[in-house]
Amino acid sequence: MLDMTPKEIFERKALRINPAKTCQPIGAMYAALGIHGCLPHSHGSQGCCAYHRSHLTRHYKEPVMASTSSFTEGASVFGGGANLRQALKTIFQVYDPEIVAVHTTCLSETIGDDIPSLVKKAREDGIVPDGKYVIHANTPSYVGSHVTGFSNMTTAMVKYFSEKNGGRTSAINIVPGYVEPSDMAEIKRLATEMGLEAILFPDTSGVLDAPQTARFSMYPKGGVKVDALKKTGSSRATLSLGKFASEAAGALLEQMCDVPYQCLDLPIGISSTDRFIEALIEFSGQTPPATITDERGRVVDVMTDMLQYFHGKKVALFGDPDHVISMTEFLVDLGMKPIHVVTGTPGKYFEHRIKKILDGKVKHANVRAFSDLFMLHQWIKNEPVDLLIGNTYGKYIARAEDIPFVRFGFPILDRIGHSYFPTTGYRGALRLLEKMLDAILDRLDRDAPESSFELVM
Amino acid sequence: MNVNILEERTGQVYEKGQGPFSLKCNLDSLPGAVSQRACVFCGSRVVLYPITDALHLVHGPIGCAVYTWDIRGALSSNRELHRLSFSTDLRERDVIFGGEEKLEASLLELIERYMPSAAFVYSTCIVGIIGDDIQAVCKRVSQKTGVKCIPVQSEGFKGNKRAGYEAACNALIELVGSGPIDGISPFSINILGDFNLAGEIWIIKDYYRRMGIEVVSTITGDGKVKEIQRAHGARLNVVQCSGATLSLAKMMEERYGIPYIRVSYFGVDDMADALYRVADHFKDKRIMENTRSLIKEELDSLYPALKEFRKDLKGKRAAIYVGGAFKAFSLIKAFRLLGMKVVLVGSQTGTREDYEELEAVTDPGTVIVDDSNPLELSEFLKEKDVDIFVGGVKERPIAYKLGIGFCDHNHERKEALEGFIGMYNFAKEVHATVMSPVWRFVPRKEMRS
Repeated sequence: MLDMTPKEIFERKALRINPAKTCQPIGAMYAALGIHGCLPHSHGSQGCCAYHRSHLTRHYKEPVMASTSSFTEGASVFGGGANLRQALKTIFQVYDPEIVAVHTTCLSETIGDDIPSLVKKAREDGIVPDGKYVIHANTPSYVGSHVTGFSNMTTAMVKYFSEKNGGRTSAINIVPGYVEPSDMAEIKRLATEMGLEAILFPDTSGVLDAPQTARFSMYPKGGVKVDALKKTGSSRATLSLGKFASEAAGALLEQMCDVPYQCLDLPIGISSTDRFIEALIEFSGQTPPATITDERGRVVDVMTDMLQYFHGKKVALFGDPDHVISMTEFLVDLGMKPIHVVTGTPGKYFEHRIKKILDGKVKHANVRAFSDLFMLHQWIKNEPVDLLIGNTYGKYIARAEDIPFVRFGFPILDRIGHSYFPTTGYRGALRLLEKMLDAILDRLDRDAPESSFELVM
Repeated sequence: MNVNILEERTGQVYEKGQGPFSLKCNLDSLPGAVSQRACVFCGSRVVLYPITDALHLVHGPIGCAVYTWDIRGALSSNRELHRLSFSTDLRERDVIFGGEEKLEASLLELIERYMPSAAFVYSTCIVGIIGDDIQAVCKRVSQKTGVKCIPVQSEGFKGNKRAGYEAACNALIELVGSGPIDGISPFSINILGDFNLAGEIWIIKDYYRRMGIEVVSTITGDGKVKEIQRAHGARLNVVQCSGATLSLAKMMEERYGIPYIRVSYFGVDDMADALYRVADHFKDKRIMENTRSLIKEELDSLYPALKEFRKDLKGKRAAIYVGGAFKAFSLIKAFRLLGMKVVLVGSQTGTREDYEELEAVTDPGTVIVDDSNPLELSEFLKEKDVDIFVGGVKERPIAYKLGIGFCDHNHERKEALEGFIGMYNFAKEVHATVMSPVWRFVPRKEMRS
């Protein structure tokens, strides 16, 4: 019943069916939650804020706190200035955050509210208490995607906090990208194991994976601190992980504070994690400790032990561009064939990069940015695959086509684990290997006739 | 109360027994509050979404379509067109030059592809600002294709969810009245305000069938355009819920002279009351007899089953925070039937009459809140030491963080909670939650012991 996708491919002029992205503000909200003591604020209608909170809650199974300017008809005519003023008053009186991170919506963008001058006025009038911060990012919903919103809010952290004081510390900055709390913790751990002091921002670990404490806390103990954000301007370098989510923040830091940046792929899978570790080696001048080389060894061990199950398998893959780029490379490293690759986020770089990764390895792959799951499904109907990888929305396709399915990316609304177990680093690669193998082998078991149903695989 | 409440919110919180009752409600949320409320679009989408054979096209940036894509288990007995996500995915260029062309092209493409029975086109904030004339587009496409296209004026900023219900009803009334009504029984009703979550409308429909009553249309759970077009042929509108579809019933009364009654299908008392009132309306002996024997039959099997649950649940404390207040009345009675105490009750969009009635049916000491927020709710939950919290998606993690049991009585419920069988399911769920051994490990209990 749910399979209403025709096999015949028709080009659509103006229509999105079953999207593979969402809008900017939710990404900005998620990024802002990665600052300690920060209350994200949605400058728009109440619904935006409610939807983003619900969506994030469904993904993280955690309370997600954010306030809204609660636009009304009046605000849409006369501007949302009064709403933002009242909002800041309420927020600092009642919720007492260290920082308010304002993001706009399609409504306030189109009306043209000038957030910095509104905030400036509020501060002059004593609405924003001394020692408290209000930062903002413009996140029009009709430009880019949720990844763009994440990038914009992360860049705002640099714009508002990074200080150039002439000195250079031995620390490096890491912009981890739109990844899970578990991933942020893992990336930090790897840097620490390499003997580096790293400032990671944003950092949602300890915020959206908090333990049960019998207390509801508006501001959980995790998140990057403002002091650390200020110091990013005197770090020796920045590693931006993922071009789409993280490069802009690194570039601005370089421009503002002369901190050189390198943009790497998200460390998902073996090759991109290798490159990440190599970059860390360059900074630390140390060889990796045994913990890290052993972790890598285990990944290689599984890749070789189980290669026959991976080799030559056709895969369809969708999700956020930085994730999909690294994952595509990992699949190719395993001898798999990613033949349909989609992201909903616009950006020519994506198609260019994926084609480069597939060059000489996979002939005739369908690759498209700014696309949707309807398109992906049509491709799959025309050339079936052995495995589907993507966020929860892939389950419709997996069911319709009876394809083994591995959940990966954002959002995952129907399983847990992503908040706790990373997919980044070598440990993450190991987890991805396990998840893919489970899916593939469960299918083999299910489909095997009794005569060839095997105990040992 | 030892709970910190926002100064501006003190009028929206009341503890029964503390002075004369008064509660401010239907206010706009204070800007800056971490409100649990949504927008006009959300209200309209919730009401219209379960119409299964219609096209639902969201005209706006992608988010509005994504966040309402198949998030509600509104089951269908036939087509499932409502479970796909269609959006015009407005871009910057459209915001500058207008999105009407894109909307028209999208509608034409979708109608050709899916042959829907009707199409709803939802307006979002941005469309209200750039001024696309979606009415004109709908009219043109209706004429071109013969498929009725209905604009839903659901710009998010125009109010709260309640305003969205109105916009949805204004869209629905355009369908009603355009189908043939011959052959409809004099003992016939429309079911309004039920969304067929977990198949609930099928339970209710079956009760009416056993009573000898014809259900002409279900609005909107398992909704079908053809049936809604015939809705004006029914003799009575039976309206559930906190008035999401109440204004449709009022419009139908005015336009077609169809009376309506308000009911609830949650809990034993309200369920039985609903059926009796419908039977009463028709003043038919056979129907009344059928109703009596149906209710007796159902209760005879339900009560013994509930007994076991009651034994364990007696004296446990419950808190309720729901979208519409109407559901809260039934929940209070249902908890009472299980021997439990309701110590906190609140809603996002209750009206003055709703809260007056809540005040009347609650016990002294019960806290009543309008348009609450997480901080306030969590303080009350702790202060009242509750065993189970009933709410929706945004309330769930708050309960879990505190180490309190939770029951989803909203979009994400997986078991039917309406009808007599629903009372059993509810009791079972409450029992499983409250009595689970996992609570022994939560810090809240450890701290107390």
